[in-house]
Amino acid sequence: MTPESFEPRIIAFLCTWCSYRAADEVGKARQPYPAAIKIVRVPCSGRVDPQWVLAALERGADGVIIVGCPKGNCHYKSGNLQALKRFALVRRLLQEMGIDTTRIRQDWVGAGDGEKLLSLFCGMVEDVRVKGPLAAL
Amino acid sequence: MTGLMVRGLGSMTKPKIAFYWCASCGGCEESVLDLGEALLDLADRIDIVFWPIALDHKFEVITRLEDGELLATLINGAIRTEEQARLAILFRKKSKILIAHGSCAHTGGVVGLGNLHSDAELLQTIYVDLPTVENPGLLIPGVGSGPLPGEMELTHLHHPVLPLNRLVPVDYVLPGCPPTPELVESALRSLLDGSMPSPSSILGDSKALCDSCPRRPTLEEGIAIKRFKRLHEEAWDSETCFLTQHFVCMGPVTRGGCNARCIRGNMPCRGCFGSLDGVLDQSAKAVAFLAALMHAEEAREAGEVADTIPDLVGLVSQYGLAASVLRRKERGA
Repeated sequence: MTPESFEPRIIAFLCTWCSYRAADEVGKARQPYPAAIKIVRVPCSGRVDPQWVLAALERGADGVIIVGCPKGNCHYKSGNLQALKRFALVRRLLQEMGIDTTRIRQDWVGAGDGEKLLSLFCGMVEDVRVKGPLAAL
Repeated sequence: MTGLMVRGLGSMTKPKIAFYWCASCGGCEESVLDLGEALLDLADRIDIVFWPIALDHKFEVITRLEDGELLATLINGAIRTEEQARLAILFRKKSKILIAHGSCAHTGGVVGLGNLHSDAELLQTIYVDLPTVENPGLLIPGVGSGPLPGEMELTHLHHPVLPLNRLVPVDYVLPGCPPTPELVESALRSLLDGSMPSPSSILGDSKALCDSCPRRPTLEEGIAIKRFKRLHEEAWDSETCFLTQHFVCMGPVTRGGCNARCIRGNMPCRGCFGSLDGVLDQSAKAVAFLAALMHAEEAREAGEVADTIPDLVGLVSQYGLAASVLRRKERGA
């Protein structure tokens, strides 16, 4: 499969308070974002259960990105910190199991920063397109 | 169930039970032998038609049975070889009730960690590379490697290692490495009394081990760990919760029912009873739990704390790798 013919599937977990609003900003500005990104809105990035990351990969996602509120701006004060700690271990788990951990990303985007979210999305889609599909678990 | 038993076998016949072992260490057999005198009582009420550790029966005993003629078979061990797979399928066909006996049959157990390597790597390590091995001919099991003349073939490894329910439908699970004799006895008595719980139950507690742990009162709130301690590094207190002492204990994310025997032996839980109902992946659940104990404000800091766990898979999937979502490292094999 050539990179051109491969359309990745990437699950983006966005928190409802910052990153999902940033996605809204992108929409309001009528800026297109890659169809490869499938957004799942969650109350908080700290709500993303590591099981969901594995479930996404098992069901055919080629990458997962978790985006929460910037440091110090979590609506629930420390939810994004929880997400950060979980991510460190999930990444390690996938690495030890031989999965390319650049397929799993985490970042922080403020409600008004649609530009940053868009560039995260585009960058990830392009990277994963080059990597090709994730081998079936 | 009694009705079923009587209809199936005639009221004068004792119900037939079989025990079989796949890739296991023998600990699950101990969990049956450890019933002691209770075993003699049970043996009067059942007809044990197959039990390799104790009785010299041939496989023809099983192949000759009608389908479903066995009231139950308890299979321990993971599916590691093609032969084990074939026999597990045979026992499933001949049994009304199939019970996965112990961690390896339940979730792959320690045997499942073989899924971190290819078959070739495993055989090379075990038969050639280990320092205690003397194998000048570099013989590796396979075709033609027998000591007798003529070509012989050993069973092939089954890749990946499977827990029993990934191969055949399993009716009940006796969890644990090994299950406690109490659980085994209670399962056998329930089978005979027809009082088994609803199908596909796991015959342990429905709550986490932490809930029934004798050290629970010493579990502190707000644990913030910068370095996970390891047991060989320093001494630990025999009364205080392991987590409070910053040693990893899987009690909060592991099914109870083991009488906290490791904790009572002053060792932390490693998760052999598997996860609680509704959990998709034991390792992911453990990761979420460990993350909550960590102290970190930045990604770099979180990485450093994570680094203090040198073998994360070996910790969170010690008993469950073969049943986990990631299940094996060697893909496409």
